[in-house]
Amino acid sequence: MSDGPEKTVFEERLQAAEDAASGPKRRKAGKSDAGSAQRAIELAMRLGVEMVAAMVIAVVIGWGLDRLLHTKPWLMILMVPVGLAAGLRNLLRAERGK
Amino acid sequence: MAGPSIDALGQFGLTTGLGPIGRAVNFTNSNEAMLAAATIIVALFAVGLKARALVPGRVQALVEVLYEFVHNMCVDTIGEEGRRFFPLVFTIFSFILLGNLIGLFPYFFAFTSHIAVTLALALFVFLFSTAVGFYTHGFRFLKFFVPSGVPGWLLPLLVPIEFISYLSRPVSLSVRLFANMTAGHVMWEVFAGFMLLLTAGLGVFGAIASVVPLGLNVALAALELLVAGLQAYVFAILTCLYLHDAVHMH
Repeated sequence: MSDGPEKTVFEERLQAAEDAASGPKRRKAGKSDAGSAQRAIELAMRLGVEMVAAMVIAVVIGWGLDRLLHTKPWLMILMVPVGLAAGLRNLLRAERGK
Repeated sequence: MAGPSIDALGQFGLTTGLGPIGRAVNFTNSNEAMLAAATIIVALFAVGLKARALVPGRVQALVEVLYEFVHNMCVDTIGEEGRRFFPLVFTIFSFILLGNLIGLFPYFFAFTSHIAVTLALALFVFLFSTAVGFYTHGFRFLKFFVPSGVPGWLLPLLVPIEFISYLSRPVSLSVRLFANMTAGHVMWEVFAGFMLLLTAGLGVFGAIASVVPLGLNVALAALELLVAGLQAYVFAILTCLYLHDAVHMH
């Protein structure tokens, strides 16, 4: 009789503890706010650099090939749109999380 | 102007550490910070895991949380094969995390604010994941650069794009960490310099007004703590993603 309310209090606390323990799993599904905020910050940190990096690599490759082949500046100019496309590819891939 | 001036980049200068021995072998303050970071990690694990208690104490709980966090990240991102790469990812994560964190303290050097260090780490990750790709799939790994389901006449355009996208990985990986750490420390230095300039220029009134940059620096300290953890996390999770690509090829 007397252990009735005590038991429910214990079960509530157990439930709360279980919910807290399974927090990371729910976050993995991307449902909770904390998870989506974390993912948003992660993406914000990544996206700008991803785009610039592809551009830089493409231009450096074009510039190097120009020096080797004495075709200044045509390959570098050719590589700019390719680098832009690679940057966009990076963005799409980062946004999909893969 | 003879008064104080802002030297925002002076803090990143390398000096030699460990006295005359360090000078002889060019052991820099950056190397000192790396050694400190590695020592702290090893000491933390040695102390934390000494008890091996079923109910962990404070240090053991910290160590276990760190371990499980990285372990889950490996398995979630790479898949079951991720267990094999756990030691690598954990080493990189803890080294960068500790490097970022001890760099926040005065008189400590933030070695992750040097592009030479971050690029070396990123190139290692890049070369390692490429090697894993070739080891797992042989020369079929080159198919990674050929997107599936596109008409053949588009391939001469798409393969260079995929290739450049792949080559840009070490650049974005290293620049992100380096730029974030450098920017944070420069902002700190600039706001601290404002305080000196205000005091030198306006006397007592300037000293009172310099409470504003001081408050900004306190707020920045919190932000930098977040960035230090987040950048280590981003570096580690991208390492996992690249290894996932190498293992699964999509």
